[in-house]
Amino acid sequence: MSKSSTKTSLDILAYSALILGALTMLVPFLWMVSVSLRVPAEQFSRNIIPNPLTLQNYVDLFEDLPDQAFFYLTYNSFKLSILIVIGQVLTCAMAAFVFAIVKFKGRDLLFALLLATLMIPPQVSLIPNFIIFKYLGWIGTQLPLIIPAFWGGAFGTFLLRQYFLTIPRDLVDAARMDGASLFNIFWRVYMPLSKPAVAALAIFSFKDAWNDLLHPLVYLPTDMHKTTLTVGLAFFQQQLQMGGKFTVLMAGAFLSIVPLLIIFFIAQKQFIEGIALSGVKR
Amino acid sequence: MEYGIKPLGREKLYLWLMLLPTMIGLLFGTIGSLLATLGLSLFDWDLINPPTWAGVSNYVALFQNKDYIEAFVNTLKFAALYVPGVVIISLLLAVLLNRKIRGVGFFRTVYFLPAVTSAVATALVWNMIYGKETGILNFMLESLGFPPVCWLCTDNAMMSVIIVNIWGAIGEGMIIFLAGLTAIPRDYYEAAAMDGANDYQQFFRITLPLVTPSIFFQTLISAINAFQAYDYIYMLTRRGQGDSSVPVVVYSIYRNAFHFFRMGDASAQAIQLALLVAIFMAVLFWWERHYVVYE
Repeated sequence: MSKSSTKTSLDILAYSALILGALTMLVPFLWMVSVSLRVPAEQFSRNIIPNPLTLQNYVDLFEDLPDQAFFYLTYNSFKLSILIVIGQVLTCAMAAFVFAIVKFKGRDLLFALLLATLMIPPQVSLIPNFIIFKYLGWIGTQLPLIIPAFWGGAFGTFLLRQYFLTIPRDLVDAARMDGASLFNIFWRVYMPLSKPAVAALAIFSFKDAWNDLLHPLVYLPTDMHKTTLTVGLAFFQQQLQMGGKFTVLMAGAFLSIVPLLIIFFIAQKQFIEGIALSGVKR
Repeated sequence: MEYGIKPLGREKLYLWLMLLPTMIGLLFGTIGSLLATLGLSLFDWDLINPPTWAGVSNYVALFQNKDYIEAFVNTLKFAALYVPGVVIISLLLAVLLNRKIRGVGFFRTVYFLPAVTSAVATALVWNMIYGKETGILNFMLESLGFPPVCWLCTDNAMMSVIIVNIWGAIGEGMIIFLAGLTAIPRDYYEAAAMDGANDYQQFFRITLPLVTPSIFFQTLISAINAFQAYDYIYMLTRRGQGDSSVPVVVYSIYRNAFHFFRMGDASAQAIQLALLVAIFMAVLFWWERHYVVYE
């Protein structure tokens, strides 16, 4: 067999594997959309093309659920995710700047300590945090979800520090010559130059906050006006087991991923570079 | 790490102000709470009555608790199947995509999709797909002449949940490996090809050794995720009483702490989970020292 024909046959093999895999990845999403466009009587049909096709489930989602639950769930998810993004970006960026640029005693040790916390499972912090928040009277409010976002984090600090280290040092020295303060160098030089990394961190934080199930489950009441979309959907699923409409549930599931799909398609580059940044340049 | 600007005068204060949130996080979020959990594990406390000293009895009780042992074994099983699954599949994917074929962007997007979307939303549809009488998976099996499988019954639930977890994780792994693969200089392959090395030799002699840093990193991330896996397990295996058909340690911590308010037991379990992670990390870092090739 000649060399080029080996290459062609390998390419065919690669394509077949990739296409088969891609289908496996896509089918759940296609099925979700398909079920959401069916009439309830057809909810278990095996045809992927809905017949008849209807948008009624999306209307029901907003009109039939008691007390506009879906609207409030969506609103809470947005509100919390946006606050968490702000907290993470600000506090991680400040720490990352200090660790990357400022010389002070104990810097490397402190940074190593911070990185080591990546390995502590969050479930370990959950119990003492719950107790503290309980004594502060915060259980049932959204504060236990918001406040921890404002105390930095190893992942975000590491990600931004990696990027800050790639910014040419001459810029700092020049700014310093002109009499710029530390904070000005951070805010006026580093933040504007680090938009890709900041965007990556913002996207990751948004994704994690939006998709979080455990923390809202622990801290928020199972009240459809106060909790988030993830908890709401899990709750509706439980209700459904007593017989109900999967079509409406799938409409809810699909709408709940739409914001992330939009962000992903707009900012795919940041997503992918953010992951690569965290993994390669060590 | 030699480089750095020195804070001048009052800037020293700013420096610590900028670090303040992170310090609070270390105190309350991570290191402080690790110590607090350690302390709590030595008490019995239901959050209502005052805590009573328990010594190591909570730890001893773990080894006599059948439910907990089941959860512990499940966690190990989960990690043992999930971690290699994610690492191998995402490495293969990245190798395929690195062949400079058409549609790389499309494939990358599709494989990454589950990593972006919430486990809760996708678990809802997986639940339908896995359905015994109504699911499309069994429909496909039956049309191929196989008997239907009860995917989410106790015997199979572990496997079904691991499959969904792997499905959700290979997108990120693929990106890590693609970044690692593109960092390998092309000349190495050209030189090897000149010397007559075939594709398999090139893969095992060049690609695999040089991609070990990414394998190390991805194994680390996957292991951390495996020991914390919760969302799909909650969504796919939760039963009527709120327990799970394949409980893992995280599930058990959550149940003990926030359903039964047994803070001491839950803390002891959390500490044991942290120890498990630490042991795994130690092995991994040992492996890194001996087998990972950094250029």
